[in-house]
Amino acid sequence: MSRPKIRWSKLYSFSCIPLRRAPRHAQVGQRGYSRVVHCNEPDNPEALQSNYRGNYVSTTKYTATNFIPKSLFEQFRRVANIYFLVVACVSFSPLAPYTALSVLAPLVVVIGATMAKEAVEDWRRRKQDIEANNRKAEVYGKDHNFHETRWKNLRVGDLIRVHKDEYFPADIFLISSSYEDGICYVETMNLDGETNLKLKQSLEVTSSICDEVSLEDFKAIIRCEDPNENLYSFVGNLQYSGKEYPLSLKQILLRDSKLKNTDYVHGVVVFTGHDTKVMKNATDPPSKRSKIERRMDRVIYVLFSTLITISFVGSFFFGTQTGRDLSDGKYRRWYICPSDTTVFFDPRRASLAALFHFLTGLMLYGYLIPISLYVSIEFVKVLQSIFINQDLDMYHDETDRPARARTSNLNEELGQIDTILSDKTGTLTCNSMEFIKCSIAGVAYGRGETEVERAVAGRHKDSDVESFEIYTDASGQGQVVDTHSYTRHVKGFNFEDERIMHGQWVNEPNHGIIQKFFQVLAICHTVIPEVNNQTGEIYYEAESPDEAAFVVAARELGFEFFERKQMSLSMREIDFEKGTKVDRNYELLHILEFSSTRKRMSVIVKSEEGRLLLLSKGADSVMLERLSKDGRSFLSDTRSHINKYSEAGLRTLVIAYRDLGEDEYRIWEDEFVNAKASISAERDALIDSAAEKIEKDLNLLGATAVEDKLQKGVPECIEKLEGAGIKIWVLTGDKMETAVNIGYACKLLRQGMKLIVITLDALDENHEKDMDKEAVVKVSSEAVRNQIQNGISQILSSKETAASFGLIIDGKSLNFALKKELEDSFLDLATRCASVICCRSSPKQKALVTRLVKVKTGKTTLSIGDGANDVSMLQEADVGIGISGVEGMQAVMASDFAIAQFQFLQRLLLVHGHWCYRRIAMMICYFFYKNITFGFTLFWFEAYASFSGQPAYNDWYMSFYNVFFTSLPVIALGVFDQDVSARLCLKNPLLYQEGMQNVLFNWPRILGWMCNGVGSSVIIFFCTTNAIIGQAFRGDGQVADYGILGVTMYTCVVWTVNCQMALSINYFTWIQHVFIWGSIAFWYLFLVVYGFLTPTLSTTAYMVLVEACAPSFLYWLSTLLVVVSSLLPYFSYRAFQTWFKPMPHDIIQRRRKWLEISENKSVNKNEKEDSGELPARVKNKLKHLEENLRHTRS
Amino acid sequence: MSSTTAPSSSVAAGSADASGARRNSKRPKYSRFTQQELPACKPILTPGWVISAFILVSIVFIPIGVAALFASRDVVEIVKRYDTDCIPLSERNDKVKYIQSPGNKTCTRNITVTKHMKKPIYVYYQLDNFYQNHRRYVKSRNDAQLRSNGSSDDVSGCSPEDYSNGLVIVPCGLIAWSLFNDTYNFSRNNQQLSVNKRGISWKSDREHKFGKNVYPRNFQNGTLIGGAHLDDSIPLSDQEDLIVWMRTAALPTFRKLYGKIEQDLQENDVIEVTLENNYNTYSFNGKKKLVLSTTSWLGGKNDFLGIAYLTVGGFCLFLAMAFTLVYLVKPRQLGDPSYLSWNRTPGCH
Repeated sequence: MSRPKIRWSKLYSFSCIPLRRAPRHAQVGQRGYSRVVHCNEPDNPEALQSNYRGNYVSTTKYTATNFIPKSLFEQFRRVANIYFLVVACVSFSPLAPYTALSVLAPLVVVIGATMAKEAVEDWRRRKQDIEANNRKAEVYGKDHNFHETRWKNLRVGDLIRVHKDEYFPADIFLISSSYEDGICYVETMNLDGETNLKLKQSLEVTSSICDEVSLEDFKAIIRCEDPNENLYSFVGNLQYSGKEYPLSLKQILLRDSKLKNTDYVHGVVVFTGHDTKVMKNATDPPSKRSKIERRMDRVIYVLFSTLITISFVGSFFFGTQTGRDLSDGKYRRWYICPSDTTVFFDPRRASLAALFHFLTGLMLYGYLIPISLYVSIEFVKVLQSIFINQDLDMYHDETDRPARARTSNLNEELGQIDTILSDKTGTLTCNSMEFIKCSIAGVAYGRGETEVERAVAGRHKDSDVESFEIYTDASGQGQVVDTHSYTRHVKGFNFEDERIMHGQWVNEPNHGIIQKFFQVLAICHTVIPEVNNQTGEIYYEAESPDEAAFVVAARELGFEFFERKQMSLSMREIDFEKGTKVDRNYELLHILEFSSTRKRMSVIVKSEEGRLLLLSKGADSVMLERLSKDGRSFLSDTRSHINKYSEAGLRTLVIAYRDLGEDEYRIWEDEFVNAKASISAERDALIDSAAEKIEKDLNLLGATAVEDKLQKGVPECIEKLEGAGIKIWVLTGDKMETAVNIGYACKLLRQGMKLIVITLDALDENHEKDMDKEAVVKVSSEAVRNQIQNGISQILSSKETAASFGLIIDGKSLNFALKKELEDSFLDLATRCASVICCRSSPKQKALVTRLVKVKTGKTTLSIGDGANDVSMLQEADVGIGISGVEGMQAVMASDFAIAQFQFLQRLLLVHGHWCYRRIAMMICYFFYKNITFGFTLFWFEAYASFSGQPAYNDWYMSFYNVFFTSLPVIALGVFDQDVSARLCLKNPLLYQEGMQNVLFNWPRILGWMCNGVGSSVIIFFCTTNAIIGQAFRGDGQVADYGILGVTMYTCVVWTVNCQMALSINYFTWIQHVFIWGSIAFWYLFLVVYGFLTPTLSTTAYMVLVEACAPSFLYWLSTLLVVVSSLLPYFSYRAFQTWFKPMPHDIIQRRRKWLEISENKSVNKNEKEDSGELPARVKNKLKHLEENLRHTRS
Repeated sequence: MSSTTAPSSSVAAGSADASGARRNSKRPKYSRFTQQELPACKPILTPGWVISAFILVSIVFIPIGVAALFASRDVVEIVKRYDTDCIPLSERNDKVKYIQSPGNKTCTRNITVTKHMKKPIYVYYQLDNFYQNHRRYVKSRNDAQLRSNGSSDDVSGCSPEDYSNGLVIVPCGLIAWSLFNDTYNFSRNNQQLSVNKRGISWKSDREHKFGKNVYPRNFQNGTLIGGAHLDDSIPLSDQEDLIVWMRTAALPTFRKLYGKIEQDLQENDVIEVTLENNYNTYSFNGKKKLVLSTTSWLGGKNDFLGIAYLTVGGFCLFLAMAFTLVYLVKPRQLGDPSYLSWNRTPGCH
């Protein structure tokens, strides 16, 4: 295999991953650093002894053998299920008030269904594992050749070869690559979400070992750290040919990252399977439960205690009454034959009988705890998820991606979100940089309009917010060109200005400078061009999308960079005067790399004419002060342009150049090369200071503006969400300036908002160098504390509403702010601010911030992100939303919901979230209501049956209660109910407050529904008994017996709970009608059919409707009476409430008709309301409403 | 070489067959159902609706209440408690001993008819504090045995009244065993008033629950005698007292039909009742009452339904008026445009 003679490493004069001072190599071999890898001899007896795990990976929760016990165990962690199990066991004893089958069947169904679900999910995971384990890898065999094998067969110490665009099967020590100097590029998207390429480089001593023959002799020992989850460090050394070489992360290729731009690499497997860093990082996806469900558990506890209480009361009275059956040696109630009885009714052992009766009671009143609730909720949630998946308004045409609810557990949680923690790149923005404007020689070019400008323009039109001038055109023509009319879209390029495009720049007065400007753009970078052999098109592999945008822009304007050789760059310039293409070669002398402290990069090149040039680009803060006296002729213009650009949310860079004198360069080069060759700890600092010496006296050319394009509809969406009262935090890895700009762009920050900035940048430069680590920590921590305190006092003293503050904090400060002693005050500050932006934050910090908000405020958090670096955040938050965008599927796989665009979030939350929350909350409340109504009628009856445990109803009425007579309407409620339409939900984001403040599922409401249930049961029982028992039941003198009372009461219960449903829902489609009235009709049908069965089966129900009840007026009249009077309390309450204390949805419902009319009107003529100014009265009303909500909540 | 081979190839495939891609599109299909846009009626509790609902209820309920009350008032009902009175004064210290001792327990009571009673006049006995709905009691029967001769050996669930002297009891169980055995004879002006005891039970019970070829066997032969004896020659389907008794009552106070007097009784008629006071309710302090009652279309005498209807109707009327009053005094601006503007935040379309 031939190896290209390029030493790419030369490109990177600065190390990508700087060597840390005093590495911990001394620790190698000690505790925690005990791993020993025998390279290329996995069969070495010593290696076998250490017995490291294989490369087989399993992420499943269950195995075939432990599935049954483990999943059963999981199931019975639910309290309710344990209760049902106990009940089912007891139901086989004579204690049972009814047949065992009717208890056992629902339990089996419930458990079975959930277990089946688990099994299917696990099977899917297993299939993924199998796929991963069986991928092909090339391993170096004993016969000194590479053989194909499967990933799972790899062992520690195996020597393998990985080809271009393949994933690394394990954590690998890099020996050599297809490049001579042993470098290779990897893409670590699956690890940290970054799409740019990272450079890895082998040790010099091994970089030449690259063919089968030389590999044969490669025998070495790696001693290194034990498996751990730290992606960014590696400690170890290599013992090779008698010497020890320290290893760093630079030589380690991590599993699940991908080899790019390199034909092949050779490496030794160091960590396998579950020992790899990526697997160590993979935590089990936490199973999330919604707040409602958790509260439901507590409600179940309440019901459970009610159940125990009434069972206890029942058994107490039963015990005393049974005991009294034997008084003074005489049996009182002789007709139940207490003298000859089983222990359950034995008056001589009354307390024992009472104890047993307690169990009977638990079973009898078991209806209080609705087992079918769990099934119904699961079912309803699945249907709700289908609605989410099917929503056309959340389908993204361009990527062909519908929204996807990956779990159905959290639908209602979407309606209660208090804080959104959002990633920036790829979530708020498209993660594509577009060259949109530039300022050259003090003239601004580029007519494109940014999202921010559009937003500002829109705001300027309809509000009185202090406006700021929008830059459109320097020449003052003010003509705005619609960017969408641009026909051929090039990725990274959105520039339009006829003055300099298509070669027109030659006609500009400063065409010389313009030419230089684009030459700098085409040369000053580290981009690698790749020519597609078939089409001749050039792709650029860039470390950052910004750089790619520059190179693309230069190309589009006629300066095409097409080749990079080791020591030279070639670009093709179109000479528009002659109309020919001219190739220019530049000899690349040095690259002074970009770093976050330098904030600039430069190249030193020698042109064909022999001129030495320093071409430089960088942030205005560092560049403008380095200009020469002569080079700042259009400084003020450029500066004002830069300011306007950054106000418009663009990322700006200053472009400058300098002619170097031969002598000056010589002297400097010596120093620079010396600095590079030094191996002391200060190497980086030396290089920096050397670079600084030449980067001065620059001549300003101009500035570029690149747009990190916002996704469509993001500002509107954020505005909507803020209108709903949701707080939005942005957590980004970006620079502070960029983050702030984007903050403005997406309306997270507004003009006039005061920004509180917490940063340690100032501290860094002054102190870090001359202080030891602990002192730095102390000083930094102190600084952060002070800044936080200042911020708080600033807010407190301003006496303004919190809405006018924005908090910006950088990653370093965040580290300290998240420490135990500071987190409370940090959170205090953050919650006082309207928006929070955390920049330069690591994935871990994102997760920590999420946890902080989640745990400390107790509110519901939602995280949204698109990259693998957001995974931990997504898993930490109550709800994780993945953007199924360009950056792989890692985030989506870890998310609970996946949407294609950030803007869909508003529909997901405000419409689906709101609905699902309402539905589930109402459904659960109603479920409790209907079962309490039913359960308590049993209890009242017991009170009149000396608590003997005789149910008031026939066994089968009871078994069917939750199945046939009441289940479908409540499912329809959970699936279909809408308080207001989707359009109105979006129009009135305030409605979302209902979920945030949990007004539909707070304790007063739950208890209210329960009381309603108890009340209904009282009315049903006492009215029915008083009306029909005692006197003749019909004109023919017959009286009502036990069977007739049961039927009458049951009829009332079925009618009441179904009509209650009809009263409480807001949305009647034919489905609701069919279900509600159908359930009632079915009850009668059931009675008729059941009544025709042979009396041994139907017992008390035999012919009861046809013969006994239906001909009786009393039966029908008491049904009517009972149903109306048991609904009356709720109806009156609702009438009063909507009248005097309406909830938000009541108001909107009431205004609905009016809204629809006015909407049509306002289309025709612009009415006063369109001004956006709220009348004072309405503001008051709104405020009042919010207070009410808050009040109800507290 | 492009590093993004996979996506570019998929793009190529997509563009090559655009229609195919369309077909495979993941775009959800539109239907009013999946988009949750089904035509629906969305009732709102507007004042108009609330008031009309209340008025409707009161309009329906008050007449029903009045009618029910009238029906109940039409019914003439005479209740005579006799459990204490029918025990000789000397025995009243220990009523249980009296009732359990053998001997004639005949007792005569006079009833004065307060109002004209039209035939048929229903005769009920009413027991009090008698838990016919006790779980042990309710379950202590065997429907199969009652129904057919073939399963007369089936006495499951009847314990302890299942076997007597080793032989199966038919009808088995505590219910049958504790059959009520007081008897009443009525005479007016020394003239016997016949009591029709046929047709006092449910027809379905006679025809389907109690077999025509099932005869009492070995009944009340044990050491403990519960209640009435049965004539072994009459099939269960004709033992109407038993059938009535075995329809267990729902509550501890209950009436059961004893018979029908198919003659009118005039006001101030004095009816002499000769009753045999056999049934033991004394050990559990139960009252025994004899009830003579006519019926209306609604059944027996019970004011509860009428009063309840009137109450609910009146309450609704009151609420309707209250709401109307509030509505007139402080009308709500239903169509107030100002309520709307906060709904229209600028810039959302």
